[in-house]
Amino acid sequence: MTTSRRKFIKISALGVGGLATASAAYNMFGTTSFLNTFSAPNNSKALKRTATYCEVCFWKCAAWAYSDGEGHIQKIIGNDDDPHCNGRLCPRGTGGVGMYNDEDRLKTPLIRTTINGEQTFREASWDEALNVVASKLKTIKDNHGAESIALLKHGCPGWHFEHLFRAFGSDTTAEPAFAQCRGPRETAFALTFGSWVGSPEPTDIRDTKCLVLIGSHIGENMHNSQVQEMSDAIDNGATIITVDPRFSTAASKSQHWLAIKPATDIALLLSWMHVLIEEELYDKAYVEKYVYGFDELKAHVREFTPEWAYGITTIKPEEIRKTARAMAHAAPAVIVHPGRHVVWYGDDTQRERAIAILNGLLGSWGRRGGFYLKDSIAIPDFPHPEYPKPKWDWRDIGENYPLAQMGLTNEIIKASIPSENAKYPVKAWMVAGTNLIKSIPDTIQLQKALEALEFLVVVDTMPMDITGYADVILPECTYLERTDIVRSATNREPSIAVRFAAVPPKYQTKPGAWIAKEIGMRLGLEAYYQYDDFDEVVNWQLKEMGTSREEMEKIGVKKYPRQSGSLYLNEDEVHHFGTASGKIEFYSHELKDLGFDPMPKYTPHPEPPQGFYRLNYGRSPMHTFSRTSNNPNLTDLKKENDLWVNPKVARIIGLKTGQRVWLKNQDDIISTFSIKVRVTERVRWDSVYMVHGFGNDNKKLTRSYGKGIDDTQMISRVFTDPIMGGTGMRGNYVSIVTENPHKNEAI
Amino acid sequence: MQEELFTSGRNIPNIDPSLQIWHWPISLYLFLGGLAAGILFFAALFYILNKEKTYPTAVKIISVVPPIALSLGLLALVYDLNHKLYTWQLYTTFRIESPMSWGAWVLLIVTPLSFIWTFSYYREVYPGLESKLKLFQKFKFLNTFEHFIIKNRRHIAYALIPLALILGVYTGILLSAFNARPLWNNAILGPLFLTSGLSTGAAAIILLSKNTAERHLFGKIDLALIVIELALIAHMLMGYYAGSQVQLEAMQLLVGGDFTVMFFGFVVILGLIVPAVLELMELKGYKVPVIVPAMLVLIGGLIFRFVMVEAGQLTRFLY
Amino acid sequence: MRYAMVIDTLKCVGCSDCVVACQTENNVPIGYCRDWITETVDGTYPNIVLELKSERCNHCDNAPCVRCCPTGASHIVEGGIVLVTANECIGCGACIESCPYDARYQHPDGYVDKCTFCHHRLQKGQLPACVSVCPTKCMYFGDLDNPNSEVSQLLKNRKHKTLAPEAGTNPHVFYLI
Repeated sequence: MTTSRRKFIKISALGVGGLATASAAYNMFGTTSFLNTFSAPNNSKALKRTATYCEVCFWKCAAWAYSDGEGHIQKIIGNDDDPHCNGRLCPRGTGGVGMYNDEDRLKTPLIRTTINGEQTFREASWDEALNVVASKLKTIKDNHGAESIALLKHGCPGWHFEHLFRAFGSDTTAEPAFAQCRGPRETAFALTFGSWVGSPEPTDIRDTKCLVLIGSHIGENMHNSQVQEMSDAIDNGATIITVDPRFSTAASKSQHWLAIKPATDIALLLSWMHVLIEEELYDKAYVEKYVYGFDELKAHVREFTPEWAYGITTIKPEEIRKTARAMAHAAPAVIVHPGRHVVWYGDDTQRERAIAILNGLLGSWGRRGGFYLKDSIAIPDFPHPEYPKPKWDWRDIGENYPLAQMGLTNEIIKASIPSENAKYPVKAWMVAGTNLIKSIPDTIQLQKALEALEFLVVVDTMPMDITGYADVILPECTYLERTDIVRSATNREPSIAVRFAAVPPKYQTKPGAWIAKEIGMRLGLEAYYQYDDFDEVVNWQLKEMGTSREEMEKIGVKKYPRQSGSLYLNEDEVHHFGTASGKIEFYSHELKDLGFDPMPKYTPHPEPPQGFYRLNYGRSPMHTFSRTSNNPNLTDLKKENDLWVNPKVARIIGLKTGQRVWLKNQDDIISTFSIKVRVTERVRWDSVYMVHGFGNDNKKLTRSYGKGIDDTQMISRVFTDPIMGGTGMRGNYVSIVTENPHKNEAI
Repeated sequence: MQEELFTSGRNIPNIDPSLQIWHWPISLYLFLGGLAAGILFFAALFYILNKEKTYPTAVKIISVVPPIALSLGLLALVYDLNHKLYTWQLYTTFRIESPMSWGAWVLLIVTPLSFIWTFSYYREVYPGLESKLKLFQKFKFLNTFEHFIIKNRRHIAYALIPLALILGVYTGILLSAFNARPLWNNAILGPLFLTSGLSTGAAAIILLSKNTAERHLFGKIDLALIVIELALIAHMLMGYYAGSQVQLEAMQLLVGGDFTVMFFGFVVILGLIVPAVLELMELKGYKVPVIVPAMLVLIGGLIFRFVMVEAGQLTRFLY
Repeated sequence: MRYAMVIDTLKCVGCSDCVVACQTENNVPIGYCRDWITETVDGTYPNIVLELKSERCNHCDNAPCVRCCPTGASHIVEGGIVLVTANECIGCGACIESCPYDARYQHPDGYVDKCTFCHHRLQKGQLPACVSVCPTKCMYFGDLDNPNSEVSQLLKNRKHKTLAPEAGTNPHVFYLI
């Protein structure tokens, strides 16, 4: 086999007879019955409700699926007792039915094959597909060791395959959720407070008096309980301060919108610290009691006056002072929100450190209206033998980034491109529940890795872009069709939530748990799968946790008392932080010893050249990236992204709202598809903005194919965070192309 | 800069970006209804005035047009209904506030009357046809029926006058009753459509008449109606001009927008002013082929309905 | 009893949950909707005002759709809710033409459809689907005739508006501003 063997297959072109008939048959019967149920009065049938938790995004809200138990899901409603949703799902959760109903779903296992010299997929039985996967994994293990097989994952299916991989001897795992998303803040908060922020964030927004958002667009990101609590905070008259070059929805709800020049946040944060310290507005008792390195910080920020920051951020000094005072006035009921997707410019850990330190100065960690002390309950492991110890794992692959807290997708990708004397050669991947093509920047490097792989198996519910590169595609059923792991998450109060199958799996799809186990059995890992069915595992776990399946079927969510002590810091006691010094570390020896700045510094970042605009991207409340971009209910709300352009820019280039344009970035990469212009005052003149997750390049996704531009395609330049390996993605610039650049290309 | 947009939802078929609920059948229906109303009005009027002999076309010959026009109009109307199987629901109730309900009931009465009117002149106007078909020989009861109708013609005529007027006004009120469509929402539309209907009726009579006196009379009537219609159109535009923002925008469609050519070119100039001039010339003794102004009036009337129905649906409230 | 909906534009983030919840609750076909979100932006960067709001049938007191309906399919029931009886509707479209809010649409099955304030849920003592799911809790529903109801209190104490009041329809969906 040659390296160019893995040609991207647009699944539409395949399986000439088989698949076409399958979908035609579905259209004939499936759609009609779909319509019939629509026209029937909604309350005529007795619906049964099944406990589940949502898998449309990572927030995992507990819910009730109302279905006929056979093949029709009427609606999904939040579970009132769930702290993630308080009985109210977000649009994506409510639209989860569309994930089940989507007729473009993967329906059968598919195996890459060559017919008349053309690569295509053919339908296969589960038995055949699983045998292929197992034998491939075995061969690669024999030749290169199990470590050379990487697992790139997200969400619940990831859990099942991680178990499989560890049993098999590989801990070469990573998920985009770290290096492409929230990694820097976890590292920074671990350095400062000795604790990750974690998910859901332990922000006590409902009781806060001041919420500071640094580029975080709550309301456009539908992190459910946070959105709910921000609304409570508005009701309670809290001050909201939003720092964003774009007039986000959150900015529109704010008393103070600081329209910052992009890439200058650290300067603002430092000057806020300056004001708090110079005007002695910080929480002296708290700092005295808990902080390590205050004097060093004081000396460090002495020069960073608001006037200094003005020159960098374009925010007026009095505005900086006014907002710093507002924070101090509200302290300790103040939250400088760590954000979530924070891989921006490559110095992100330092920016997050600045945010953490600011919170420390305000005394908000562990305080009511600030950050509560989160708690959770452990789910007992179903008994299995110890995992074998791999010779190397994700830690070794990410060794250049000493403070990476999880596997780095980008390092695994690099390790997959063959090179001489590679220390940790990766030969095969399993990708489960994540569409790497839309989540990993620098598409060219990713393509190289994909082409070089000896084997790629993809588990997904939809024919996402990544499936086009697979050797074997295993169709997973949606969360509504499977019993899954018990959810335990950090919250004010520990709680668990369960997911039981509301309806049987549609088509030939199977639950991730089943797929993982079947592969495991074929790999001789029976010892790790001492059960017939994953339901058995869940039933056992629930019993161990003092409840039962019967009870959980009725309640869906169960709360447990806190084990770790009080929700907020107890004023009479001295809390021990999980850092080296046991205190909140403004000055970090750990960073210093590794050769990094012990306290955050502002470093200027490059700016877009003439004719180029900084590409900013964000979220739409109706979508979870490309995952939902084909969901019939959610595409009905938003079909494609649009390119926000400031009217001044529109006038210069001559753009009108609704006009289709293409983008070309600083590395001459031209977008495959076009995007509609939205001329709006909500965006700065030096940048353009679009929602992430559109521009799908797979014709099989009938509703989303070619709709809008995929921002990831335009992100070819990455600023890697030297501390934890995060891929800074906000340093890409685009120019706007009004003539179709693909006009003369052969189709 | 101000922006207004739908974040989600909408883009509903036939609703967004502008209404496309009523299509060509409605325009056609309004035209045919007006035409039938006009013809029936003149037929009944000149019958009551005992001018049956002087103006045979108006009273007798043309009487075949209204039943056909009304039947086609009704077919068009039903064709444009979306829930056709339930059309009978129209006749389970009378909604006094609903122009559509008025129209449905008036048509239910006028259409049979128009058939009866035609039938009463059938043997007189088409003796040749009857001698072929021999309907009266085959169906004896037709004789009794015809006898009964002819005896009551005057009563029918008295009924037809108000009914025809209601029908003619109704075609305008159907549109003008909608507050939500600023282009339609003016009190002039009823009289305007009635006038236009009468004018097209007169034009149709001119077209079919072989009698110079009759042609001249209806030429004069049509001329008067055209003048009234032009005045009403001017009045309508002035109303928009003095109206609210939404009406100003609605007017813009007619005077400086997508419908300007259609409205001023085809309706006002070719459909009203040119035929008026031609009719005037004919009355003054110039040789003008009567078919020209009559056809222009009829086509202008039809286009007028199309313009109003289409353009009206583009107008809406701002909020 | 006079039902009314009050929507706080200061809290609405335009997430559109109300739209999907309505679709799944009321079997609204894909491609149609009974409620929707609008966005208005005023001003010049960086002095901008943004308003997001969820819109639907206003269940007007002076409902032009009910007046123009030739069959009585569009009617008002207790609580001032405007409903359409599908099997009395002939699909003439007059009500659609008459609505200043364009809140009605032709259901693919022929009849005219629109928001019912989730009448079937109200009868069971539940809130309309959109209100019950709204993550920002920016939507309130209740009886305007009861001076102590949440909606009455909100309208008493907060600045508010209705949509196109100049249409004279006396709408019963209110927006807090």
